[in-house]
Parts: sequence; C-alpha cells; structure tokens
Amino acid sequence: MTEAATAQKPSSTGAPVVEMRGISIEFPGVKALQDVDFRLLPGEVHALMGENGAGKSTLIKALTGVYTIDSGQIRVGGAPVSFARPAEAQAAGVSTVYQEVNLCANLTVAENILLGREPRKAGAIDGRAMRARAREVLTSIGLHIDPASTLSTHPIAVQQLVAIARAVAVDASVLILDEPTSSLDADEVAELFRIMRTLRDKGTAILFVSHFLDQVYEISDRMTVLRNGKLVGEYLTAELSRLDLISAMIGRELGEMDALARMTASHEADSSRVPTLRARGLGRVGSIEPMDLDVHAGEVVGLAGLLGSGRTELVRLLFGADRPERGTIEVDGKPVSIRNPRNAIAAGIAFASEDRKGEGLIADLSIRDNLVLAMQASRGWARPVPRRLKDELIEKYIELLDIRPANPDALIRNLSGGNQQKVILARWLVTQPKLLILDEPTRGIDIGAKAQIMKLVATLAAEGMAVIFISAELEEVLRISDRVVVLRDRQKIAELEGRSASVNDVMSLIASHSDGSTLERNAS
Amino acid sequence: MMSANVTTPTPATTSDPVAPVRKPATKGSLVPPRLLPVLATFVLFVLMFGTGAARYENFGTAQTVANLLIDNSFLIVLAVGMTFVILTGGIDLSVGSVVALSTMVAAWGLQAGLPAPLIVLLVLATGTVFGLLQGLIIQRFDIQPFIVTLAGMFLARGLAFLISAESISIKDETFRGMSGGAVTLPGDIVITYGVVIALTVLAIAAYVLHRTRFGRTVYAVGGNEHSAMLMGLNTARVKVGVYTISGFCASLAGLLFSFYMLSGNALHAVGMELDAIAAVVIGGTLLAGGAGYVVGSLLGVLVLGTIQTLINFDGTLSSWWTKIFIGALLLAFIVLQRAALRRRQ
Ligand SMILES: Nc1ncnc2c1ncn2[C@@H]1O[C@H](COP(=O)(O)OP(=O)(O)OP(=O)(O)O)[C@@H](O)[C@H]1O
Ligand SMILES: [Mg+2]
Repeated sequence: MTEAATAQKPSSTGAPVVEMRGISIEFPGVKALQDVDFRLLPGEVHALMGENGAGKSTLIKALTGVYTIDSGQIRVGGAPVSFARPAEAQAAGVSTVYQEVNLCANLTVAENILLGREPRKAGAIDGRAMRARAREVLTSIGLHIDPASTLSTHPIAVQQLVAIARAVAVDASVLILDEPTSSLDADEVAELFRIMRTLRDKGTAILFVSHFLDQVYEISDRMTVLRNGKLVGEYLTAELSRLDLISAMIGRELGEMDALARMTASHEADSSRVPTLRARGLGRVGSIEPMDLDVHAGEVVGLAGLLGSGRTELVRLLFGADRPERGTIEVDGKPVSIRNPRNAIAAGIAFASEDRKGEGLIADLSIRDNLVLAMQASRGWARPVPRRLKDELIEKYIELLDIRPANPDALIRNLSGGNQQKVILARWLVTQPKLLILDEPTRGIDIGAKAQIMKLVATLAAEGMAVIFISAELEEVLRISDRVVVLRDRQKIAELEGRSASVNDVMSLIASHSDGSTLERNAS
Repeated sequence: MMSANVTTPTPATTSDPVAPVRKPATKGSLVPPRLLPVLATFVLFVLMFGTGAARYENFGTAQTVANLLIDNSFLIVLAVGMTFVILTGGIDLSVGSVVALSTMVAAWGLQAGLPAPLIVLLVLATGTVFGLLQGLIIQRFDIQPFIVTLAGMFLARGLAFLISAESISIKDETFRGMSGGAVTLPGDIVITYGVVIALTVLAIAAYVLHRTRFGRTVYAVGGNEHSAMLMGLNTARVKVGVYTISGFCASLAGLLFSFYMLSGNALHAVGMELDAIAAVVIGGTLLAGGAGYVVGSLLGVLVLGTIQTLINFDGTLSSWWTKIFIGALLLAFIVLQRAALRRRQ
C-alpha cells in the first residue's frame, strides 16, 4: 500500500503557491495564532501538525477568508490576497474540506458536490448533466452511491467522502483537507491517498491535517508543526522521526506518553456474575441480524469490523436510537424495554455517538452548561444536582480529559474540533452510567489525548463500569478490550479474547467471510 | 416562533441525543419522501373539495376552483414570496402591512392624478426597496428576521396611516379594467387578470427555486447556513435577496388587492401575513427552512380558500369558524410534519 519512494520525493520545488507571513489571530481571551509563517509548494503534500487547539484549523480558516487576520500577510500564487469570504478563496483556486463536514444534508449528493458550479443549459441548471457529472466525480473517488439521493440518508463516512468529492471536483491549485480521514476506514483512506498522489503529481499543492501519524508519514512530503498557536518549525517528513515530531508537537519528551499509550486493560472482569448488559436475539430488519451480546461490569467489549459491518447499527439498537424489532435486553438481570434513548438513559446506558454534530452539544452554551444539562437530564428534573457536586464533577472531567481551555465557562462553539469531542465524552461520563457505549471516541483527538482517553476507559472499567468500545483503528480496539466481537455484513461472526488476539487474526476472520466487495459500498 | 422550534428537523440545538436521519431513503416507493408533504396537502384539498361537492349543489364545478383563485390571487403572490423567506429559515411579518401600504400608495397616487403605469411602478418599487432594506438589516447586523420584520410591519402600517387614515376609493379606468376584466378559458371558466398574474409569479418562482443557482442556494442556506457559507456560496446575497423578493411580492399582492377591493385603506390586509405563513406551512414547507415547494404554498392557499368557501356555502356558521378550522388544520399539519420526520429517523 505504501509507496514510500514517491512519498519521499516532492515532485516540485517551485515558488510557493501559498505563502503566509507573520499571521496572528486573537479571539477574545485566546491567542489562536501568533506570528505564524507557513508556505505551501506546488506538487507537495504538506502536513500541518499539532495538538488539539494548536491552531491548525484557525490557520486554514485564515487562509480561506473565514477569519480575518489581525496581522500578517497572505500571498496566493505570488499575489497578496485578503479573502473576505470562502467564495473568494475558492475563486482563486483554493479548494477546502473543513474539519466539520460542511455540507447541506437537506440537499442531494449531486447538489452538495456541485452547488455553486452546477452545469447550466441556457442559463438554467441542467439536472441531468449535474447528476452525470456528480456520478463521474464519485466514481473517481471510488464511491458508488446514487447522486440523486438526499445527503442526510448517508452515514457520516460517506458524507465525508462527498465533501472530499466536492473539493476535488474542481481543478484547484491548492487543496486543503482538514482531518478528512477521521471517519474513513482503511480502504477509503487508501483510495483518498491514491487521489491525493495523482493530484500532487499533477502539481496541486495539498495541505493535509490528521492526527493519525501513520497516515501523515505515508502521504506527506513536508510538515509544519504548530504548538499553542505558535510555529515550531517546518521539516521534511523524511528527516523528522516520529519521536521528534511528537516532542515538537507536545513540547516535552515522549517518555510519559509512551507509557500511557502502551497501557493495556489490566483489570479483570468477573464473568460469573450477572452481566450488566444481556441482549438476546437483538435485531432489526435491514439494520442488524439478530445477535446475542453480554457485557459484564468492569469489562471492555470492543466491536471490530469494517465500516458498514453493523458496528454502529448494533449500538444504536442498544441505545434505542433505532427501535429494536426483535430480541430482549436485560440490564443487571432485569428486563428493560428500550424503545427510545430516554428509556436507555433511564436504564443507565450512555452512548457517545460517532456523529459529533448530531450529538447535541449546544454550541452557544458553555462547557459547564452542557455538562450540567447532561447531569440533570440523567437524574430527572425533579432532583436538582447539588452545586458542589456539579462543580467537582465538571472540574474532574475537564482535568481528566485535558479539555482546553480548562475554563468551564468557555463557549463550545469556540473550542477546537478535538476539544469539542472531549466535551461530548465528558457529557456522558458525568452521568455516571452503568454501561458506556463509545462509538469512535478518539476521532479527531491528538495522540496525547488519545492515550489519556484510553487510560480513562481502562480506569472506568476498573471502577466497575461496563464499556462497549468502537473504533476504526483495530489496534486501539484490541489494546483496550477484554473481549472483541467481530462483525461482518451486519452479523456477529466471532468473539475473541481481546488481549491475545492480533490485528491479523481479526482481519483474516473478516476476510475469510469476505467476497472482496468491501469498497463497493452502497448507501444501504 | 414557537412553531419554528416545533419543526426544527435537526437535533443540533437540543439536548436530544438521537443522531440525525441515517437510513437510506426507501427506494422504489412511488413518491420521493420529500414530495410527501405536498402530496398530503393535495389530498387534503381534494377531500375538502369533494366534501363540498357532495354536500352543496353548484359547488363541484371548475368555476368554483377558478373563484378560489380569483378570491385569493393576492394571497398566492404573498405566499410565494413568503416561501422564499421561510425556505431560508427566516420569516417576514411585514407583508400584510406592505399590502396595505401598497393599496394606499396606489389609491393616493391615482387620486392625485398620476398615470396608472407610473403608479404600478411606484408601488412595486416601494415594496421592493422596503424588503431590500429589511434584508440588509437582517444580513448586515445579523438580527433575527422576526424582530426586523416585526418592526417593518409597524412601520409600513404607520406609513399607510400617514398617507390617510380614511379609505380612498379607486376610480381610475385602468385599475377598474383590471378589476372587472376577465379571461375566459375553454369550458366557459372565467378568471381575472389577477389570477393570470399570480400563476405567472408562481411559475417564475418555481423556475428560480429549482433551476437557478440563486434558488438552490436558498435551499442550502435553509439547510445549514454556515455550511453554505463555507462551501463558498454567496449566502449574504441570498439572504438579502429573499426579503427583497418577499417585499416585491407583497407590493404586487398589494396591487392585486387594490384591483380586487378598488380602494386604498390603511386597515386593509390586517393579519394577512399570518394567512400567508399558514398557507406556506400547510403547503408542507418546513418553518425551519431547507425543504418545501411553492406549489405546496399554492395548495395551501387553496385549502384555506376552500375552508372559507365551504363556510360561506353552509351559511349557518359564523365566519369565525374559518379561523378555528385554519388553526386546527395548522396544528394538525405541524404535528404531522414532525411525525413524518420522526418516522424517517
Ligand atoms: N471562533 C473562535 N472564538 C474563540 N476561540 C476560538 C475560535 N476558534 C478557535 N478558537 C480557539 O483557538 C484555538 C485554536 O483552535 P483550532 O480550531 O485552530 O485548533 P486545531 O489545531 O484545529 O485543533 P483540533 O486538532 O482539535 O482540530 C483553540 O484554543 C480554540 O479554542
Ligand atoms: Mg481543527
């Protein structure tokens, strides 16, 4: 898969297409960028690296005219520019996929790809030509879905691919991808990289942000590292070791973090006791084949499987986000009827979903308000949470998850993407559930925080919580789980001991049932 | 504004933990789900009309439908403008007052002896500029459309009173001609010029909404304004544009209304903005924006008109029953929309 040879060699070293000098942006109370220099050469893949909140997305938005810069200078193609709106950046050949999938879910896939540049015939939008063009673009990135379908009917990963399709549908001289891979699985990432290489070889300058170091090393030619809004340096990927990169990003030696990352689940679940969750024959037509699942107190159960294998569908049934059509669920040995999320929450089940936007973080409220709402909702409105307990819990989780800024009164909408993700986690943790379902909890989170979250999960389990853990990163699942349930085609095909199983075991299990059509993913 | 919350389709601003719609649309079903609300309104119209035809003699004729259009041509134009605004997730409360202002400007100008074509231009320009200003304030200062157009509603009504607190009747030949004039369709169905104008406006609106970039951007803004902006769409122009269109439609509706009433009166069209909003919502357009069709709004107007006609035909019910029926219907429709959205999840 890796084409190390091409990755090491920037095919061009011409004059920079984008040059940013001395960029500073200050938000009320936060210096998001301070005197940052950045340049992007034609024909290179340039990784922008840094922890959550380092200022990566802000730098991108400064370039594309979403934010106005307080000081500094931006040149595109040699000419000084100051874009007032993203539309102007786009017109100047800068095509961007922002971190949060920014599309209109109420419109069709084709419209989302071509909105603003629809093919026209005699002044009117030509629907047929539009769908044909959209299909072409979708096929070129290996996505086979109906261009006339409404975007909201597709899962997050497909939406992310559609956003990428929109960006590559134009001949841009600069392509910016802010964490495009966060919800993609390995095949899709490979496909994306193939496209990126093709574009790079044609001379497109590509700016790429990802918290997956493997991906960064595989695809990038050059890196710029930011820390706390300041430039740390620019490096050739080939000349920067991972250790050096990490210490450049976090500003300290790796030692302590490495220890965290290597930490495995060290607790022991007592499987003789009544399981916290016992599901029997749980299923829903068109979503999940009937299956059994037990999760004990103190146990972490990982769900492994390719995208579309039914991981998310299964936990949505457990949480009542989709209504189960058959089967029974018992919590602590008592049968419960879960028809909607409220029932699930009342039964002590919490579900941090993979969809950050739909998670119901209230963007205009503070971290504190969001956490208090969650606490209050879980206790019922009749029983107020004592003020002292509130403050204690809020402080505890801000610290445990290293939410930055560590100010409970900071507004959610002003947090960086990764830090919003941490607040979502905290929101569920403060409700102190019996069963915690985590769907892709580490998406978009930097490696330091990732290790912390893994540690937190292990601690929660050790304290007696039952946890279901889903991640596209198989290593992560295997490292944290006591037991791994392998899914394929919406069926459970195996159950493995987490710590003794290897990535290869799981992959070959999946492959042995496979018919090789995993990329050929339809919306269903 | 309460109802705006009721129909909000995304859980993004609530603490409801349900993730948004993710199941694929049912393939192979006869109508795409997005057309269902319009279809529901159509069925409702047919049912109500059928009831009338079964109960009253002379009801079930094509001319009754034509009369519905004649009596509501101004409301159709108003509802078309309102559809643009509501599709972006906004609201325009000023339109009823702008109708009144337009009738006043027309009647006053004609009384002063200005030529009719000039009056028509003057009225249309007034409404359009009024809408444009509201749009600019809403967009530039990022103020809630509810507040801005509420202010606009008082302002326009006040201006109408400023011209005259008395009713001014219109004696101009051209206006009287428009009022009395008629087009005879095959089958001896008679419609007024007002209906022709209203249906033309509707057709143009449908074209603009579905076949132009401006129109598609209207839907994009209603779906997610921030996303639309990041996608490089000119959301500012569209936001200002829809209020301008609504202002234009309101003044055109005002002209049609003065053809219909042959008078200018500052007390004309009190509460008509709410009729327009009701028609749009009954026509299946989401108050939260991003989904709906102008054809739905036409059907909405026809449904409202049919209720009125049924009550007139009955003769024993007081006209307040119209309001009660419309209220009940509106509620039923909003609840239905909500339920349909839930089902799709
Ligand atoms: N609109 C805003 N108002 C106030 N503060 C903001 C705003 N946008 C970003 N910030 C702050 O600026 C800092 C940089 O945020 P940015 O989104 O650029 O981080 P990032 O490097 O992209 O992080 P992540 O990896 O989590 O996406 C953060 O501290 C964030 O809280
Ligand atoms: Mg970011």
